[in-house]
Amino acid sequence: MNVLYGLLQPDEGQILVDGKAVHIRGPRDAIAAGIGMVHQHFMLVPVFTVAENVMLGTERTTRGVLLDRRRARKDVLEISQRYGLAVDPDATIEDLPVGIQQRVEIIKALVREVDLLILDEPTAVLTPQETDDLLDVMRSLRDSGKSIVFITHKLKEVKAIADRITVVRRGRTVGTTGPDASEDELAALMVGRSVILTVDKPPKQPGPAVLEVSGLAVNDDRNHRAVDGVDLEVRAGEVLGIAGVQGNGQTELVEAIMGLRHILAGQIKLAGRDLKGQSTKDILRAGVGYVPEDRSVDGLVREFSIAENLILDRYGRPPFGNAFALDLAAIGASANERITQFDIRTSGADAPASSLSGGNQQKVIVAREMSRPLKLFVASQPTRGVDVGSIEFIHSQIMHERGIGTAVLLVSSELDEVMALSDRIAVMYRGRIIATVSPDTPREEIGLLMAGVHEAQGRRRTDGAGQ
Amino acid sequence: MTESEPEPVPAAGATTAADAPIAPRKKSDDRPTLGPEFLRQLWTANTVTVTVLAILVALVIGGIMIIISTPTVTAKFGYFFARPQDALSASWYTVRDAYLQLFYGSVFDFSSIGQPGVTWWQWFQPISETLSYATPLVFTGLSVAVAFRGGLFNIGGQGQAIMGLTVAATLGFVLHLPIVIHLIVALLGGIIGGAIWGFIPGFLKARTGAHEVITTIMLNYIAQLFLNWFILQGGVHNPNRLDAISKDVLGSAKLPRLLNENLRVDGGIILALLFTALVAWLLNRSTTGFELRAVGSNPDAARTAGMSVPRTIIITMVIAGALAGLGGSTVVLGAQANSLTGPVAGNIGFNGLLVALLGRVRPWGVVLGALLFGALQAGGNRMQSYAGISLELVSVLQSLIVLLVAAPALVKAIFRLREARAARLGTVMAKGW
Repeated sequence: MNVLYGLLQPDEGQILVDGKAVHIRGPRDAIAAGIGMVHQHFMLVPVFTVAENVMLGTERTTRGVLLDRRRARKDVLEISQRYGLAVDPDATIEDLPVGIQQRVEIIKALVREVDLLILDEPTAVLTPQETDDLLDVMRSLRDSGKSIVFITHKLKEVKAIADRITVVRRGRTVGTTGPDASEDELAALMVGRSVILTVDKPPKQPGPAVLEVSGLAVNDDRNHRAVDGVDLEVRAGEVLGIAGVQGNGQTELVEAIMGLRHILAGQIKLAGRDLKGQSTKDILRAGVGYVPEDRSVDGLVREFSIAENLILDRYGRPPFGNAFALDLAAIGASANERITQFDIRTSGADAPASSLSGGNQQKVIVAREMSRPLKLFVASQPTRGVDVGSIEFIHSQIMHERGIGTAVLLVSSELDEVMALSDRIAVMYRGRIIATVSPDTPREEIGLLMAGVHEAQGRRRTDGAGQ
Repeated sequence: MTESEPEPVPAAGATTAADAPIAPRKKSDDRPTLGPEFLRQLWTANTVTVTVLAILVALVIGGIMIIISTPTVTAKFGYFFARPQDALSASWYTVRDAYLQLFYGSVFDFSSIGQPGVTWWQWFQPISETLSYATPLVFTGLSVAVAFRGGLFNIGGQGQAIMGLTVAATLGFVLHLPIVIHLIVALLGGIIGGAIWGFIPGFLKARTGAHEVITTIMLNYIAQLFLNWFILQGGVHNPNRLDAISKDVLGSAKLPRLLNENLRVDGGIILALLFTALVAWLLNRSTTGFELRAVGSNPDAARTAGMSVPRTIIITMVIAGALAGLGGSTVVLGAQANSLTGPVAGNIGFNGLLVALLGRVRPWGVVLGALLFGALQAGGNRMQSYAGISLELVSVLQSLIVLLVAAPALVKAIFRLREARAARLGTVMAKGW
């Protein structure tokens, strides 16, 4: 897709638009050819208004000097009316929720009169309701004659919207089907074999509380309150799922538990032992396994070999060495074992982590964290950007930990994942847990909770909190 | 913020900041940084062939500079069109002669074979000079390499070497200890002197985030000015001399000469090789080295894995300082100098940077780089006296080689970073509320 939009150049092959071969050297050429793209990460200037963002790059001027803001406003209004994309042209981008920002991105493309719109993983940052709205917008665009390429790894959405489905695996088109294909068929196409999408979750009586968090308050990097009085409890042999739209304090909550973030108030206890003020190393050694949210930043050292990454938090102690030296033989042997056991697809234990696919990188982290006895397993977005085959495997590993009596704290912005794996679901919104529900609760209800609706109906917020 | 609104969908404009999710974390340092990226480029782009080619190209450019700077040759270019062979042959012979002397002075002097009165040790004189000059560069090169693997630019090798040699020399002339023990004490003193000078920037970086490039450069000046002042103090200054020079280091603290009293190669080179092996072990097989490399490559992952990033930064700088301090000590305890003077450290700290780059920041590569620089230094002395070519040409050659090796990697690294930054900009805008 980046090739189509001119961000990358093709090594071979050609692109045909309306039957004519085109050379796209940059986004400008792409737009000229009628191709627009909405990136997974938005390209908006936060302090500009909607209209200003829309005209950015194609600034029209009056009498050559003054920016024609009126014209830009008119464009925005016209397009939002035509396609049902309600947006206030004078609102400042940073005041808008993510779903509306995405509309601005779409308007940006439409103003440039594109015929083909590429949406790259547009739903990753949306609540279920926002996703439904987006699908509606896409339908109205389709009905007015625009073509849309919708890239996603969520099978439900594909089935809901697509007229044709093309499955791409490892850089090749592996099949094209209609929307009537079943989810299982699609998943099988994506991994090249049939997959079990539903997780086998045997009923289990949870044991005593392992992780107890009470009154936790934590700030984010901008010193804004990100976790604001969270109480939660995870019991042995239980998966507590935390659902919520990205950026509602989940990251900070997990980092606080792992000793990576300063705790302003409240308590964290692991099997009765106070974790507050402990170093990350102590917390890991106390029997906490941690899969960080952003594997390439926090989980792996890309330059290190797989073997080295597999001991990243276990080096310096037997069996992998002592305080002075590493036991390279033991590290290598253990790495080969893990590679087999966790089905890590690699040329060898000495290959750098950067040579692995995202799914296999994630397996390295999961393998590392699960290769020691755990009391608590904290998994933050464990399957983000991971192929379906690896998702299946990681899910079964999480269930395995649950089965042997480990307490599991699962944070995921994929509602389906949380619902499939969890014994209880805590919904986090603006730094608080606004409800804890059973996984049998209807999706729509949880979706509304994720959008904070319950809170608005239920109780009033205390002033200033959640800043 | 008052009440939050219901699901903020089509009510355009009615939405307020209250609907924005709480700012997700975007760590200030979760971005590719120049150090690791440069290292990656240095390793992937530079094969041995590239390094050899860089040396050859530098020699060609150096040859042109020799021609331009030799008046007798440029004079012949004045009538180039009348008799071009004059100018060309003069150029050829001048350049050939210069490089021949460079070779004679650094590797082996073929002209000495068969000459009467030449003893065996004189055959080893050029190589001995090369090794002697290379010794401190191995240490300062290792110092830079260790820091670099830990993600730090140690520009302070010069200051650390100066502090090391100041302590080592002082212990060498103040104490009266038996042979061997005296040497060990002096060397340890050198290590500690350098380590302290490495600890300071490491501590400042770990505690306050003060950038090590700035602090180490400032500490270089402090070390040099301290040495200048120190030499003149009572008990340090050599009472028999009028110029700024300290007492001589006692013989009991000197590194033994390896082959012959007339050859300057001393035990320092053995020490250098031992420490290279030690550093190689430290980086690749030790627990500390594992932490050091992890912090150097990805401090976020290191922290998440329970490593203490500040502690590792301090340890890295202490090791780097200790190595540079030991390198300085081999100058004053070895054959190159007997006493402290202002310029006694020469340029070993800064040349260590170049040697480390040439050696691709790997321990044994550093040894090869140091040998090349030592050879250029040794040969340059002879080139100056026999062929009349200025010693500065050696500096030009050294710089050109490093420039040709390091610049492409640096340029690539900068461009890669720019791409990454451009990509990240989008992320910041989407997430950075």
